[in-house]
Amino acid sequence: MNNTEKYNQAFMETFELKAEQLPGLEYQAIPAWDSVGHMGLVAALEDVFDIMMDTDDIIDFSSYEKGMEILSKNYNIKF
Amino acid sequence: MIWDLEKYHDNTVIIDEYGQAMTYSELAAEGNRIAAVVGGRCLVFSLCQNTIGSVAGYVSFMNADVVPVLLNAHLEWELLHGLLVAYQPKYLWVPESQSEEFSGMEHVYASYGYVLLRTGYEKKYPLYPELGLLLTTSGSTGSPKFVRQSYTNILANAQSIVHYLELDETERPITTLPMNYTYGLSIINSHLLVGATILVTDKGLMQKEFWQFFKEKQATSFGGVPYTYEMLDRIRFFRMDLPSLRTMTQAGGKLIPELHKKFAEYAQEKGKKFVVMYGQCEATARMGYLPADKAVEKCGSMGIAIPGGMFHLTDMDGQVVLEPHVTGELVYEGPNVTLGYAECGEDLIKGDERRGILETGDMAQFDEDGYYYIVGRKKRFLKIYGNRVNLDEIDRMVKGHFEGLDFTSAGVDDHMYLFVTDSGLADGVKAFIVAKTGLNSAAFKTIVVDTIPKNDAGKTLYKELAKYYE
Repeated sequence: MNNTEKYNQAFMETFELKAEQLPGLEYQAIPAWDSVGHMGLVAALEDVFDIMMDTDDIIDFSSYEKGMEILSKNYNIKF
Repeated sequence: MIWDLEKYHDNTVIIDEYGQAMTYSELAAEGNRIAAVVGGRCLVFSLCQNTIGSVAGYVSFMNADVVPVLLNAHLEWELLHGLLVAYQPKYLWVPESQSEEFSGMEHVYASYGYVLLRTGYEKKYPLYPELGLLLTTSGSTGSPKFVRQSYTNILANAQSIVHYLELDETERPITTLPMNYTYGLSIINSHLLVGATILVTDKGLMQKEFWQFFKEKQATSFGGVPYTYEMLDRIRFFRMDLPSLRTMTQAGGKLIPELHKKFAEYAQEKGKKFVVMYGQCEATARMGYLPADKAVEKCGSMGIAIPGGMFHLTDMDGQVVLEPHVTGELVYEGPNVTLGYAECGEDLIKGDERRGILETGDMAQFDEDGYYYIVGRKKRFLKIYGNRVNLDEIDRMVKGHFEGLDFTSAGVDDHMYLFVTDSGLADGVKAFIVAKTGLNSAAFKTIVVDTIPKNDAGKTLYKELAKYYE
């Protein structure tokens, strides 16, 4: 699996979605992505990429696209 | 009248995240306008958010002897409809953005993003004179069962909270809980008594905007359920610089002792207060609290009774427990024990059915110093993210919807396990429960079993199911 696939899988498993539903997805846009879901997503991403995210990055992670930007900029994960 | 708003006339009463604010005098004036339009004591359904309009409407109704039913603005339509039919309120107080959903109703007043709609229901159920407001027990499952709280209940509990948390007008609590949830509401009720400023936001702990608002407006306190503290731990709260923060309170279920210790020690080190509390909607909100200076020493305890209240334990034979470290059912007595329940409009005339005594359904022990520890529960319910969810009610709802399915639910707090005998229905059952409770699907796990274990009398053997999750 490449990084995009890993990233997508974390979203799909946490929120029970299909890949085509991910682009443009924002925090609180679906019931599953609330604060509880956000914690699950962060845990899944930390696990799959073997990273520890900073507070500022966790609370700044407001959309599917924003998350990719944060991971590539601050955690050196290339998509 | 519960709150003497004019007493704090120029103090700011509410500020929202968009910079909008209101003084106590302005709130009093708004109350007069709303009261004039409503035109006397009646029932109002209030669809709540943590916004100025929502809070202003609530305070105005309460001070005008109008009885609000506080519901979540995101309540599923079908559930809301069932409640409307059962109680026939005269008005709805709803966010402007949702008013179109009630197309047949007359728009009679609007302010701060909320509108008052006249429902047109003919039926007018008589209201018991002391009845102040109605709240759901769990904030979920859409059960028509409401807790009936009196004016005395609300005032007595708010005064007690002011006393033991030592609240004054310099406090600035920030909302972290819904206001239709008894714990969230108790924060509003108590702070309005002392002229404090409430910071309202619908943003959560996981959002940058929340923390910007927190820092910019110098929040002094917040409340949280166990899950809130798990999230704070996760986002490395201990590394944040929050000089304005004075007090953190915790209720809505038992925090795991490791986290209790962590937050208690953090508070001690930073000169802040961490106060673990105990309560139920049936006791208005609060019954017990662990004084901040005992937070480390009595870690894992929910404390002692609040000022004006008393605890005792009763054993299986109904005898009062006198020895420490003996388990019994926790019983509370105090002026905040609510009147009782309502399940339909006819029940709103009912008087005080509890007479100041509440059997909590929680099993507890006390230590040599009289500090109480919750050790279990008498009834089958779980706390999911601070919401009480009755497992028998879940079972009934699922069996009612999926005819012929054998089903049961069980689990531990924040983790409910759904036992189904038909693998083809596993996803459907979970989706149904998520929709009905409005709780995040992460709390539910489906397990397919051949049969639900039962004894000869047909009673479910829950102990045999425990092996799947313990």
